[in-house]
Amino acid sequence: MSEETNSTDSPMGPTGPSAAEAREEMLKVYPKKTLRKRGKQMLVNESPGSPAEIGANSRTVPGIITQRGCSYAGCKGVVIGPIYDILHITHGPIGCGWYSWLSRRNMTKIRAKGEVNFLQYSMSTDMQEDHIVFGGEKRLEAAIQEAYDEFHPKAISVYATCPVGLIGDDIHSVCRKMKEKLGINVFGFSCEGYKGVSQSAGHHIANNGVFKHMIGLDDTPVEAKYKINILGEYNIGGDAWEIDRILALCGIKIIGTLSGGVSYDEICNCHMADLNVVMCHRSINYMAEMMEQKFGIPWFKVNFIGLEGTKKSLRKIAQYFGDKELVDRVEEVIAAEMAEVRPVVEDVKTRTTGKTAALFVGGSRAHHYQDLFQDMGMQVIAAGYEFAHRDDYEGRDVLPHIKVDADSRNIEELEVKADPERFNTRNTQERKKELEGEEFAFSDYEGMMRQMAKDTLVIDDISHHEMEKLIDLYKPDVIGSGIKDKYVIEKMGVPCKQLHSYDYGGPYAGFKGAINFFKEIDRMTSSKIWKLARAPWRDTGEAQAEKSEAVPA
Amino acid sequence: MLDGTTAEIRERQHLRVNPAKTCQPIGAMYAALGVNKCMPHSHGSQGCCAYHRSQLTRHYKEPVVATTSSFTEGASVFGGLANLKTALDNIFTIYNPDIVSVHTTCLSEVIGDDIPMIIKKATEDGIVPEGKLVIHANTPSFVGSHVTGFANQCKAFVTYLAESSGETKNVVNIFPGWVEPADMRELKRLAAGVGVEFILAPDTSDVLDTALDGEYRMYPDGGTSIPQLKAMGDSFLTVSLGPLSSKPAAEALEKKCKVPFKDLEIPYGVAATDAFIDALRLAGDTAVPKELEKERGRLVDMISDMSQYLHKKKVAIFGDPDHLTSMVSFLVEMGMEPAIVISGTPGKKWEQNIRNICAPVNPDVEVRAFSDIHFLHQWIKNNPVDLVMGNTYGKYVAREENLPFIRFGFPIMDRVGHRAFPTVGYMGGMRIVEKITDAMFDKRDREDPDHEVELVL
Repeated sequence: MSEETNSTDSPMGPTGPSAAEAREEMLKVYPKKTLRKRGKQMLVNESPGSPAEIGANSRTVPGIITQRGCSYAGCKGVVIGPIYDILHITHGPIGCGWYSWLSRRNMTKIRAKGEVNFLQYSMSTDMQEDHIVFGGEKRLEAAIQEAYDEFHPKAISVYATCPVGLIGDDIHSVCRKMKEKLGINVFGFSCEGYKGVSQSAGHHIANNGVFKHMIGLDDTPVEAKYKINILGEYNIGGDAWEIDRILALCGIKIIGTLSGGVSYDEICNCHMADLNVVMCHRSINYMAEMMEQKFGIPWFKVNFIGLEGTKKSLRKIAQYFGDKELVDRVEEVIAAEMAEVRPVVEDVKTRTTGKTAALFVGGSRAHHYQDLFQDMGMQVIAAGYEFAHRDDYEGRDVLPHIKVDADSRNIEELEVKADPERFNTRNTQERKKELEGEEFAFSDYEGMMRQMAKDTLVIDDISHHEMEKLIDLYKPDVIGSGIKDKYVIEKMGVPCKQLHSYDYGGPYAGFKGAINFFKEIDRMTSSKIWKLARAPWRDTGEAQAEKSEAVPA
Repeated sequence: MLDGTTAEIRERQHLRVNPAKTCQPIGAMYAALGVNKCMPHSHGSQGCCAYHRSQLTRHYKEPVVATTSSFTEGASVFGGLANLKTALDNIFTIYNPDIVSVHTTCLSEVIGDDIPMIIKKATEDGIVPEGKLVIHANTPSFVGSHVTGFANQCKAFVTYLAESSGETKNVVNIFPGWVEPADMRELKRLAAGVGVEFILAPDTSDVLDTALDGEYRMYPDGGTSIPQLKAMGDSFLTVSLGPLSSKPAAEALEKKCKVPFKDLEIPYGVAATDAFIDALRLAGDTAVPKELEKERGRLVDMISDMSQYLHKKKVAIFGDPDHLTSMVSFLVEMGMEPAIVISGTPGKKWEQNIRNICAPVNPDVEVRAFSDIHFLHQWIKNNPVDLVMGNTYGKYVAREENLPFIRFGFPIMDRVGHRAFPTVGYMGGMRIVEKITDAMFDKRDREDPDHEVELVL
């Protein structure tokens, strides 16, 4: 973070102890084993240039109030769920399908009249006790048939929940059988909730399934000069549409956005792109790697959250294609868009500069959103992911050093080989070599910690207790988190911006999104409501306050 | 909107489409939040707990804390004993509740974890501090619905905690059923109004509708206290509201402590509220205060004033069995015509009961338990109605069919009134009359041709 904009010299904001003291304070309540475990997941960012090792992607300690969800949520809920014209069936008791029904804000529009947006539907085999006892394969097979008869989708996908794995239902053989019978694509995901340590396992399982069952199915050429895919953008609050708008102005064609607002056909055709750019590294880096291995499509990390991030990302894409026409066009678009943004950010900054924020969300957002706060002159004093891995904190250069534990080993690693016909048909690998000579980074992600200020706090999978302590100690001006924490934080008089659902606002990506975000944070950090929290007589009329307290007792 | 939904109804046997229910554990979590200084604990994968907390939070816009055993693949194979013991150690050390209420999930049910045995072991190992309690409820997700989970949790309060000292006290137990914090508050006001001493359990008022005063309390003031739960065994009567959500607890209390019970419906509308008030009056040998009778009269007056607009209006309604039984009765009281009544929760007897309630106004009412919103929508396409009532998911149907829509039941994720204003009691009845007429009038005011717009309605 930029030091110049801070109103204080302290990396942890104007009040409160040092990050190291706060860390001690947060840890001291824990039983010994928990303390050891949490201690590894909580660091003071002492050397941003060469980040220390963080204990990320490790098991949640039982009994800790965690933000984390499960593998099913990561697979169905995050990565595959947003594909609107696949009919999604949850195989299991009713709950999982119900909770994941429209509860993530991956917005979508049907492409043509007559299409069905299956995201408005929740479909489940609604397993009952006898299916658990006698097996649910027949039930699943019949459910797929009924779904087909009723809706005639172009593809059906099936998601396994915890009991399905335990009773040994073979969802994949059912899917293969129904694929043959119905003549449409039917495929399954073994994303039982107990797999892995968080949603992250589900992302990986989803990447594998999408790669195996969709990518590369349709070789129809795409007529466009600059063709890319955006990987790891889920169109929360319409973010993908804002990115679409900007790239369209630049003349860049997006074949597929995986997987926000995307269609089945677009995914099947997206290997025709010349470049993959990655937004959410955590949830989709597997796909970027596999597509490069099989089709030779290079990838690099981008970030369309924040003004600087957006500009940098656009310029890098232009540089990749290397056409002067595109490079110039990108600069024109940036100039035009910035003319609109500048007065807003200048105005907002007069109120937000020097304010503090803390971010605990996702596998990318806790990093990406630091750019937006930086744009507003705000200071991020603490941040952490909910389900990220070490590389998301420390950068991809740690990948060779990450120990594969039992929980990760259970998630399949696909062996991908170059496609003999379709690899390297677009000269993309030559272009990559050429650029690498010019220090242009591919397959890159430097992680969150390098961007954070020295001596700020980094907390992986923050617990409820740690969040409470953080607020007690620092009273940040705003916290970015999720639905489960939101009202805990706000009861303490600190506004909380949900960065999973955007509090039903957005978009926050790109230039217009940045304007929305600046205005929103300005509203939240200037709101008068927090001042009303304390009744006036609590501070003035002591006798009365005591009396009123005596009543309920 | 819902463009795949056609008027052609196929009888589905194996596929649930747009469910009108969810799974047991969330009901157990909600009930456990209604106990003072109680930490609900989900014994399974952490995703269950995350989903339940998220959904309850979306409904209440309040902190919902609960812990989880965070199963991994290993725990799923070897059993959850170690996870639950570690969890209890952490919960008592870090969050210091007075009681932990463990509920199971499909995962721990399928592997067959013996929770009482684990609790016993944890206690023997000194993990449960002196004076602290750990109880449990089995809540398999593949049986019943979220309402069953609520009922099982309420029953667990009784089986674990209720005691009879041998001395009967002049106190009435009230099991409120799955109603909102505002409803719990209103039930207490009504019971106090009638002048009986009572214990309400669970009680989520002042837990899930707390003040914003700058301070966060993990365990707010509200919730039935443990001494109250214990003392329920000494009460002379239990009034249980809602056969599905409350009766199992009332039965268990009768069995365990010989407290007789009166099995009533949730007091929505005139007659159901009358039954509740009357039961308390008779039990306490008190008189119904004038104020309460006036309140009743104001509800009857409002229905009478609006009856021309309510008469024979066809209603499509979905939700939970106990809620529906009372609300459908209320619709009938108002002269409306329940056309289709759908519950996701299984229950043949309930179906017959609804048919009996509707018989005077609509003997042909379509009633289905263990059904879903997709069926309701298709049925509406074939049989036009005037109003849709149900949880937030109903808004997609109402929008597609351009029908007035009343949010009712669980969850309501897109409006705030349900947690602040009661649906139970006479006041709650007035709120429902207001909501129904508002919704229908708003549509008229917006859509009627200019020459038909009425100033006065």
